[in-house]
Amino acid sequence: MQSSKLGLDFEKVGYAKKVSEKIANNVQKFVDNYTTVAVERTLCRLLGIDGVDANGVPLPNVVIDELKDKGVLSEGVMFFLGNAVIETGLDLQEIAEKVATGELDITKLPVHKSEDIQKAIKPFVDQGVDKIKNRTAKRDNYLNTIGEGAKPYLYVIVATGNIYEDVVQAEAAARQGADIIAVIRTTGQSLLDFVPYGATTEGFGGTVATQENFKIMRTALDKVGEEEGRYIRLCNYCSGLCMPEIAAMGAIEGLDVMLNDALYGILFRDINMQRTIVDQYFSRVLNGFAGVIINTGEDNYLTTADAFQEAHTVLASDFINEQLAIVAGLPEEQMGLGHAFEMDPDLENGFLYELAQAQMTREIFPKAPLKYMPPTKFMTGNIFKGHVQDALFNQIAIWTGQGLQLLGMLTEAIHTPFMSDRYLSIENAKYIFNNMKSIGDEMEFKEGGLIRTRAQKVLNDAIDLLEKIDKEGLFTALEKGIFADIKRPLDGGKGLDGVVEKGTNYFNPFIAIMNKNLK
Amino acid sequence: MSGGLYSTESNDFDKTLDLTKIKPYGDTMNDGKTQVSFTLPVPKGEEAIEAAKQMMKKMGFENPQVVFVQELMEGFTFFNCYGNSIHTVDYTNIHVPKVESTTMDMHETDDYIKENIGRPIVVVGASTGTDAHTVGIDAIMNMKGFAGHYGLERYEMFEALNMGSQVPNEEFIAKAIELNADVLLVSQTVTQKDVHIKNLTELVELLEAEGLRDKVILICGGPRISHELAKELGYDAGFGMNKYADDVASYAAQELDRRLNSK
Repeated sequence: MQSSKLGLDFEKVGYAKKVSEKIANNVQKFVDNYTTVAVERTLCRLLGIDGVDANGVPLPNVVIDELKDKGVLSEGVMFFLGNAVIETGLDLQEIAEKVATGELDITKLPVHKSEDIQKAIKPFVDQGVDKIKNRTAKRDNYLNTIGEGAKPYLYVIVATGNIYEDVVQAEAAARQGADIIAVIRTTGQSLLDFVPYGATTEGFGGTVATQENFKIMRTALDKVGEEEGRYIRLCNYCSGLCMPEIAAMGAIEGLDVMLNDALYGILFRDINMQRTIVDQYFSRVLNGFAGVIINTGEDNYLTTADAFQEAHTVLASDFINEQLAIVAGLPEEQMGLGHAFEMDPDLENGFLYELAQAQMTREIFPKAPLKYMPPTKFMTGNIFKGHVQDALFNQIAIWTGQGLQLLGMLTEAIHTPFMSDRYLSIENAKYIFNNMKSIGDEMEFKEGGLIRTRAQKVLNDAIDLLEKIDKEGLFTALEKGIFADIKRPLDGGKGLDGVVEKGTNYFNPFIAIMNKNLK
Repeated sequence: MSGGLYSTESNDFDKTLDLTKIKPYGDTMNDGKTQVSFTLPVPKGEEAIEAAKQMMKKMGFENPQVVFVQELMEGFTFFNCYGNSIHTVDYTNIHVPKVESTTMDMHETDDYIKENIGRPIVVVGASTGTDAHTVGIDAIMNMKGFAGHYGLERYEMFEALNMGSQVPNEEFIAKAIELNADVLLVSQTVTQKDVHIKNLTELVELLEAEGLRDKVILICGGPRISHELAKELGYDAGFGMNKYADDVASYAAQELDRRLNSK
């Protein structure tokens, strides 16, 4: 039996996980019967289809839009592509190009036997899987040779809009000690139903996520990592309408961390819940297989709801996200479950409550590299106080053994970070992590004190909430505004028209190969 | 780096406050003391420090002191500096356009509306364009409000609809027409490359094209928005940092009263 510094009852924790598993399994029953335009485009990418047509439309979109327009998407793109390989003898890229020019209609070809179709497409499937395996092996090799920084990993963002400028900023951050570089996406990309193509130099509030941009940054970080003798992880965002496509591109290009949370998209981007929950499953299968750490977005609940009153919603969502990851075969060691330091600084003993919750989250998900988010809501432009707020946040992180430390910036709420802001943040964290290194081993919490009481209460409240969600089902609970005070209808939001029920010919062999949970 | 600690420099400047010639204040009137930090794209070294001092002089500082130097990466050096500003400002001759309304609390505003308008005020708000941030519009509109200031949804005399983030200007206007809105609230958080200016300007142009501009009270807000900027862009009012729902509600109520009942 695990011991708790907070006097947490692990039978209760086990019960919460059981309830969450039921919630996740009910969601999965829905997911298993559906596919989406994004899932099908992901299959195109995994099979090696890349590039754009004469109008700049990505070929995966060209192929899938064709199937959707003809009303046959339910059969799945693998079926039509496999069949086309037998009929034409061409490879898949050539087939996609001919679909783009209108020379070939893959929906009108004579239909072959399903065993033959699956056999015809198998070499392309194997190639796609090997590409990802090779990438993963390259990361493992780096970790085994040059190694990595100690946890909590120092995680900073770059957001210039220009990938080449991002590289300069990222290199500076890595040399100062950052372990993870996240390239913030251009605002609004989560709502695009395609992934832009090629290297980009224009973005607002961030840089466009493209496969080429991934490659440029990965190459740069590998070089810095070799020179610094420390592997530098790269993070991007597979959320929004292209969730699994970006997961595939990241798996191919060697990304290490991905924001990946359907609940976040539903609540904060108004993406249709059916669409994104189906997309999320495949994206998590891919992330799990590729060794990518996912980050979930619970911290965002606290930007709209109160961090003290709504702490249990964060924990409940972490429980659900853990189970939705397990269903997809994603190992615990890759679950960057989210939480945040967002209580009002004027709250008396706020630090103690934050400490209680961080320790609680640590104990409940012992193997997960928890993603800990810095203060943002109460950062004011008083950079001097902001730096102190970030210092308190860093103290809790080292005390409670957080995994991914999203470094707070003293200039939060003013601008995207300057190079010097990042330096000051890294210096702040390194100072505290070194100066307080073993505090977690040394300190215990008073029985019946504020900290233990707080943690136990949050767990109890989370269990009540999970029971409610289990009774109603996750979709209904979201319709009622259970998280972040935001209500979303089942048929509302963006992307619903890209969801179809799977037909009789549908197959997706990647799931069986990649989802370790199915073996 | 202790040059300034026991300074023996002469203090023979006039130490009386003259509002027509104010200067930054460190610990002595008119000392002009200012702290500045910046990064220069050069490697760390004596030349870098000299470059920083010259930069300070060009910025208008006498006696520039570089108190901290840190190379951020090869070719980029960060400085913390102090200097005495040589410039002065005439405080007596400053005019800043301000939102002209008295800020009332929620109950006072509700009473004011009941008395002077006699029906609830319809407000539609959104973070428009590509801006995905709801923090601003939520702080003003959501029931809970922000920092103890309840949002418009909690007011008895406001019918408030918060459309959330990434709302296209066209959709925003369509909703305003549908609900016959009295007040439109636009929040802009992302300001990189002045994207907020383009977006705010576009909304005004669309409203003008629809013949709606004069029929609504048009308000924008966000951390980088000032009333002056808002007026320049063709808005009726702008609310920046440290403004809450009370400020917006009071202004909306008084402005609508002025428009409906102008004597």
